[in-house]
Amino acid sequence: MNITITVNGSEHTAEVEPRTLLVQFLRDQLRLTGTNVGCDTSSCGACTVLVDGASVKSCTMFATQADGLFVETIEGIADDDGTLHLIQEAFRQHHGLQCGYCTPGMVMASLSLLNENPDPSEREVRTGLEGNLCRCTGYHNIVKAVLAAATGDPASEPSFTPVDLTTGARS
Amino acid sequence: MIPAAFEYVRADSPEAALDALAEHGDDAKLMAGGHSLIPMMKLRLAVPTVVVDIGRITRLSYIRDRGDHVAVGALTTHYEVETNDLLHAEVPLLAHAASHVGDLQVRHRGTIGGSLAHSDPAADLPAVLLALDATFVATGPGGVTRDIPAGEFFTGYFESSLAEGEMLTEIQIPKMAGAGWSFQKFNRRAQDWAIVGVAAVHGPDRTGIGLVNMGTTPLRASATEAALASGSDLADAAAVADEGTEPSADLHASVDYRRHLARVLVRRALEDASG
Repeated sequence: MNITITVNGSEHTAEVEPRTLLVQFLRDQLRLTGTNVGCDTSSCGACTVLVDGASVKSCTMFATQADGLFVETIEGIADDDGTLHLIQEAFRQHHGLQCGYCTPGMVMASLSLLNENPDPSEREVRTGLEGNLCRCTGYHNIVKAVLAAATGDPASEPSFTPVDLTTGARS
Repeated sequence: MIPAAFEYVRADSPEAALDALAEHGDDAKLMAGGHSLIPMMKLRLAVPTVVVDIGRITRLSYIRDRGDHVAVGALTTHYEVETNDLLHAEVPLLAHAASHVGDLQVRHRGTIGGSLAHSDPAADLPAVLLALDATFVATGPGGVTRDIPAGEFFTGYFESSLAEGEMLTEIQIPKMAGAGWSFQKFNRRAQDWAIVGVAAVHGPDRTGIGLVNMGTTPLRASATEAALASGSDLADAAAVADEGTEPSADLHASVDYRRHLARVLVRRALEDASG
C-alpha cells in the first residue's frame, strides 16, 4: 500500500507491503541505517525512534501505522552544520557509550524522556531508560550524560551517589 | 523476524472497525497499539489474514469522571493512564500499575483495551482491573453495547468473553474512595512479565485481590478475600492466597515456587495496603 511519512522533516512517499516494519522502512527503503536492530523483539530499544515526538520501538510498529505521522531518527537531531544535539554532546562529554550499538536508541529514548520530564532524578532516568539495554553495561555514564543534558550544559558534572554493589545501599 | 503477509485495513471509527470485523470474520484481527499482536505475528504465533488497525480512533482515547466511577476509553495508552491526574486521585492503583507495564516506549504505544482484550494471564492490567471490580463495555454490530463485569471477562488462556464481531470500547472503574492499595510485581529484570504479581485494594468497605500469572486466566485470591471477610488477620488470610489457583511451571518458576510467591506477595500487598 502507499504511505507517506515525514522523516526528519522530509516527506517520503513509498509503496510498502503491509507487513513492513517501520525499522525496515527506515533502514532498507530510506537507507537511514543509524537506527539499529538489536533484539527484534521490542526488548532492547536499539531501534528507538520518535513518532509524533514520543519514543517507540520501530521493530514493533508497522510502517503503515506511521502513515501521515512525523518520525525522527538519530540522523535528524544534529544541526545541519554538524553541531551535535545537546544530548549527543552530553553522551560525548561523559563517554556515555562503549561499543556504540545501543547509542542511537539511547539518545532517542533520552530525548523523549527529557521532553516529558525536563528535570528528572537519577532514578527517573534509570527507570525511563529501562527499555534500552546496553550490553557493554555502560549505564553509569549514560545516566550521567542524560542528567547533564537536563541541566542544559552537556559538560556539567551531575552528582549522584553510586549504589554499593555488594549491599545495594547508597554509599 | 517478518510476519506472514496480511491485508491492512485502517478503521477511523468504531463503526468502521465493526464493519471490517463483520466483513472478514475470523480471518480479521483488531490491532490497537500492536504491542501484543505484532510480537506474536513476528513469531507467527498469530497469522491473521486481515489486520484492522484501530489505533487512530481518537474517539476511544479518553479518561472521564463519571461520578462514582472513572471511564477510560479502550484506546487510551498506558502512558496516558500512568500520567493522568484524575486516575492518580481516584484510581491510584491503576495509574501506578500502568507505569509498570513493559517500558516507556511500549507504554507510548500499548493501550489498556488492547492489553485486556489480549487476555494474557501474565499481563499486569487484567488482574488489576479484576481487583478493582471494573466493568468492561463491549460494542457489537449496530453499535449495541454490553457491560461485562471484569470477573466474567477472562474465560481462558488468551481468551475473553468478547463475542465474534464485538470490540472492547470502554473500561469503567469504581473510584477507590481512599481505600488502601498495593501492586506487587515479582520479575527477574525491569521490563519482564511478572513471574507472579498481586494487585490489592483493601479498605474498610471493600477488598479485592487480583493475581497475575497464577493460572490460565487472571484470578481473584478468593480464599484470602473470604478469610479477611470472616475476620482473619492479614498473615492467616495471605497463607491461603494460592487456594483455587492452577499456576504452570516454566523456565523461571516451578508450580510450588509460584504458589509460594503468591502467598508471600499477597501478604506484602495486604500489609502495604494497610500501612
